[in-house]
Amino acid sequence: MEKLLAPGHRACAGCSMPTVINLVLDAAGPNTIVATPTGCSEVTTTPYPESAWRVPWIHSLFENAAAVASGIEAALKHFGKDHNVFVIAGDGSTLDIGMGCISGMFDRGHNVKYVCYDNEAYMNTGVQRSSSTPPCTSTTTTPSGKVSFGNPRPKKDMPAIAVAHRVPYVATASVAYPVDLRQKVKRAISIPGPAYIQVNAPCITGWSFEAGTTVEIARLAVETCLWPLYEYVNGELAGVKKIHVKRPVEDYLKAQGRYRHLFRMKGGEEMIRVLQQMADENARKFGLLYEGDVACTSGE
Amino acid sequence: MKMIVKEEMSLRERMARMRVVEGSYAVAHAVKCCSPDVISAYPITPQTHIVEHISQFVADGELDSEFLTVDSEFSAMSSLVGSSAAGARCYSSTTSQGLALMWEVLYNASGMRLPIVMTVANRALSAPLNIWNDQQDSVGARDSGWIQLYAEDVQEAADAIPQAYKIAEDPEILTPVMVCMDGFILTHVYEPVELLSVEEVERFLPPYRPKNILDPENPKTFGAFADPSYFTELRYMQWDAHRRALKKIETVAREFAEQFGRWYGGLIDTYRADDAEVIIVTMGSVIGTIKDCIDEMRSEGMKVGLVKIRSYRPFPTEALRKALKDADVVAVIEKDVTVGNEGALLTDLKAALYNTPTRIPVIGFPAGLGGRDITVRDIRRVVDKAIAARDRGIEAEIEFLNLREDLL
Repeated sequence: MEKLLAPGHRACAGCSMPTVINLVLDAAGPNTIVATPTGCSEVTTTPYPESAWRVPWIHSLFENAAAVASGIEAALKHFGKDHNVFVIAGDGSTLDIGMGCISGMFDRGHNVKYVCYDNEAYMNTGVQRSSSTPPCTSTTTTPSGKVSFGNPRPKKDMPAIAVAHRVPYVATASVAYPVDLRQKVKRAISIPGPAYIQVNAPCITGWSFEAGTTVEIARLAVETCLWPLYEYVNGELAGVKKIHVKRPVEDYLKAQGRYRHLFRMKGGEEMIRVLQQMADENARKFGLLYEGDVACTSGE
Repeated sequence: MKMIVKEEMSLRERMARMRVVEGSYAVAHAVKCCSPDVISAYPITPQTHIVEHISQFVADGELDSEFLTVDSEFSAMSSLVGSSAAGARCYSSTTSQGLALMWEVLYNASGMRLPIVMTVANRALSAPLNIWNDQQDSVGARDSGWIQLYAEDVQEAADAIPQAYKIAEDPEILTPVMVCMDGFILTHVYEPVELLSVEEVERFLPPYRPKNILDPENPKTFGAFADPSYFTELRYMQWDAHRRALKKIETVAREFAEQFGRWYGGLIDTYRADDAEVIIVTMGSVIGTIKDCIDEMRSEGMKVGLVKIRSYRPFPTEALRKALKDADVVAVIEKDVTVGNEGALLTDLKAALYNTPTRIPVIGFPAGLGGRDITVRDIRRVVDKAIAARDRGIEAEIEFLNLREDLL
């Protein structure tokens, strides 16, 4: 099948974002209009007069994709047209600057499916901290230093915020689990009203991991329980991706330059313990482990 | 407004069609007659009555539009960018802080050549917070790429809506239009107004059939980024569309006058200006007061006239050169000031005259800021100052009208 995001775009080698977009569009099909905010996906796919998009696509500003999509959906409704309307946006525009527009779109109940590819910082401008950056992450605005372990704050829980808006379908997904992601997109389309899907999307330059390991890194995020895969339908937890072998967070952290300082600095171990507690809490909260399973230890 | 009495409709018949309504109602009613597909707005004083009346039309089934009760003015204009790109005729209304919050989207909508129409109920900008009328808000948006029309009275503010759509949606123009009306002074006043009808407006305004829309059958990319090798030409094309709009605004005003018998001027209008030695240039609702004052002064033998700016963007350079070439002196009254320079209209007007043989004193008066009344006495003072500038040379190029020295 012809990809709806054409090859030849200018994303970095090893970037997960085009893969996320094509998985979403594979599931949504060509009867889809996409709104994208300013960011990596926009600048790498649409240098005028070229475009990699084989579906109708619009970019307006950094913080308004949800509002633009609201307007598209309202116009389609008025004309009696039936097309999927998607937003595909990064975490900076979603969790920070576009928060008001997204809240409004959710609140008004537009039939807009919002996919956030979450690479956990402002990658297009050079890896600055966003409110989706996990704690203890070194970014260019929360660098690790003699008196800093990097980002001091927890990650904003955007899926919970979507659930609090009574968004009927809310899910997390991962580029490492394409079948799961496609199914979630299809489920989002099948349920009328807004939907929110947040996809873990490793960034090779911002996270600095070995070339060729993008999917492996994403899978480790899930297997360590730092990135739980779940879905909420009408406010109820409706499904989770269970983990057979829960990996220690070190396996995930040590593979990435953005956590290198935790293994070098005095007190880094304590920070790693804090991150492990977060993962354990995810496992408990979402019931990610099969009964009787035990966590394996590092190196196994 | 000048009444052009057509044979088929006597003045008596026209008067019978008139109703005394609030300015906001007249505008909302005109919007209804244009049948926009999507309306998106956020409440802010003194614009609220416009959107409340429109909401009621929708609730009563009199207007078949999607009305989005959005979370901010920023979202209002952003959502209309989406709707317009999807092929919808779009309307919004705002003022002051709301317009300021839209700033980023204003440039975006015009750059994407989306023919959105919006009423701006002119109001001062904070700080200090002030809900009353001046025109700092829309004048500050003069570089946003929007066409800006300023209304003198309620009838003009309402009649400008179908005209605005006809200008904006012309494939040769494709540029959004702001219809500016003075907040409270026009939005909240009750005046006799001849209300439009859907049938009449349908005869005047063709349906909106855009060529490029978001359509999965024919996928197109909207809002690509342009690097330095393309950006200038795209901006030039916007600039050129404004140049074409100079003619289009005139044409549409004439077409409106032919069908409805009401004429407000094209780019500008004049009042007793032909033989005037002193000409006042201004825009908005203060024109009514100025006309009364001119009549008084004319009866006293003073040769005073008025040039009304109807289109501030595109700026009517040629029309102004023609209208002012025989004057002795020009006084600009404007409800804005560029802090750090002078009134924006004063600068524009002086620039328009610079490369011409017209060498006359031009002085400016920021006035009516934050809703302060402009009275007949104030207008007389402006004329006195203008005459002094003519006779004895310019003392001050700019003077704040009615400045309370006791508060400084």
